[in-house]
Amino acid sequence: MTREQVMLDPTAEAAAEQKPRIPRPHALDGLTVGLLDINKPRGDEFLDRLETLLTGRGLAVRRYRKERFSNVASDGLRREVAEACDVVVEALAD
Amino acid sequence: MTENGIPDGLVAVVKRDCPTCRLIAPALAELAQARGLAVYCEDDPDFPEGIAGVVDGRELEASFRLGIEIVPTLLRRDRGREAARAVGWHRDEWRALSGVAGLGATLPESRPGCGSRTQEPGMAYRLKARFTNTGLASREIRLPAEADLEQACYERGWTDGLPVVPPTVERVLEMLDGCRRAPGEAIGLMPPNLVECTVEKVAINAVMAGCLPAYMPVVLAVAEAALIPEFNLHAIVATTNAVAPVVMVNGPIARAIGMNAKGNVFGQGNRANASIGRALQLLVRNVGGGLPGEIDRAVFGNPGKYSFCFAEDESDPRWDSYAVEKGFPPDASTVTLFAGDGVTPIIDHTARTPEELLVSYTDALLATYNRRQVNEVACFLVVGGEHQQVFYQAGWSKADLRRALDERLTIPVHELVPGRAGLGPLGPEIRAQPDLRLPKFRTGGYNIIRAGGSAGKYSAIVSAIGSSGLRPVTREIAP
Repeated sequence: MTREQVMLDPTAEAAAEQKPRIPRPHALDGLTVGLLDINKPRGDEFLDRLETLLTGRGLAVRRYRKERFSNVASDGLRREVAEACDVVVEALAD
Repeated sequence: MTENGIPDGLVAVVKRDCPTCRLIAPALAELAQARGLAVYCEDDPDFPEGIAGVVDGRELEASFRLGIEIVPTLLRRDRGREAARAVGWHRDEWRALSGVAGLGATLPESRPGCGSRTQEPGMAYRLKARFTNTGLASREIRLPAEADLEQACYERGWTDGLPVVPPTVERVLEMLDGCRRAPGEAIGLMPPNLVECTVEKVAINAVMAGCLPAYMPVVLAVAEAALIPEFNLHAIVATTNAVAPVVMVNGPIARAIGMNAKGNVFGQGNRANASIGRALQLLVRNVGGGLPGEIDRAVFGNPGKYSFCFAEDESDPRWDSYAVEKGFPPDASTVTLFAGDGVTPIIDHTARTPEELLVSYTDALLATYNRRQVNEVACFLVVGGEHQQVFYQAGWSKADLRRALDERLTIPVHELVPGRAGLGPLGPEIRAQPDLRLPKFRTGGYNIIRAGGSAGKYSAIVSAIGSSGLRPVTREIAP
């Protein structure tokens, strides 16, 4: 009984699907910037400073905050950010 | 002739290796001459010699489709269906079935047959894989007969660094027979990629981890417990911390499958302990996509990320098991998952009373992570065999020990570290009370369990990050 051997794929298989990133903007003029605080201590300090700099350049800024840094952002929050913002800065700090 | 190519009329299934088949070769020749006979020989297409109707049956397709367990077997088939069957050699039976009155006149009246090659170890699953629609959905990877399957698994990125058992269709079918669930049943979304995980994918990874089919109900319960949101497997996989998911099994199934709860309980050497924990890690890797250096951002990790699985020692009824404490009946089998980053021993050879032992416990437990840390730290205190005796002999229940520890495991506010491990999350009203004592494990909690060898005065701490978003979870194992 020498014949080919057959193994079954242990992976999710579907995960092989690759989605391209949306194109990066060349400039921020006229865009809305989302600032996502993942809720680790002092992330807000970094984002506060960014907000000051961005609004100083006349850009629209929206602030968001995850409930907990160790939990994945909820679908609702992800949708809200995606609908309202052109670019997002997510801050990790400690 | 039927669609499987098995003809109507008389059909015999034999093998040369069977003494009874060799003995009755003359009778087979008589039948072939008198009535016409198709003979499927399982091991030698030249046996029996001189008969025109011998078919090469070495692939065992005919034996499988006819459900042959013993050779010789004689069948009479009519319009694609079986009309009569004789198993082994019984002369009168063969005469009646074939209608050849003087058949085998010189042969003994009866002789038992031998096992068909379909009964060889592992053959049932090989035949099922080859000749039936298995109903399995996973992509098949076909490799030449001479291919090195272990190496092929490495090349595809399916292993944790150690060799895996190649997940052949046969082995996966056998694994699935270890449970009563349909292969296509979804058990939930596996982080970090949040892709659907089926019973079939659990079985494939259990094969690779080295599990036996009898472990399958445990592995399924482990996978399902890992997907309970409070456990937060995503965080355990993705964190920069060193934690691994730790699996603890309670109840009769732990003993039934031979799990180790005693000496070297967190070490090597027990197949069930090693492979059940490993199966979870392979699921995270292969189904969830939690690869080190990618979503798995651990700075150190720990050796438990190969496998960290054990059974709680429930052998002494004087204390309730963890599962019973959580409300499960004593005869229930459960899995508990918690985060753990390693084992810290508590060594106390001299204490002979609970009060003395508590001094060691308190000092060791307070030091978990940082002597001045109260947030984001959790642990399981594992009371070893000889230390259990200290409490039993003094009549202490587990609740007594917990009460005593609760009193001792506190740290005053003025000693706390800055940042989120200590002062960070505390409000001004608490910070204003420097002598207020806060529980050491105020966000993560601690649990008391029993395990380990009976000789040696040790206990152990399995430490972990711990918070409201990261909790131990327990699930009952369905048979």
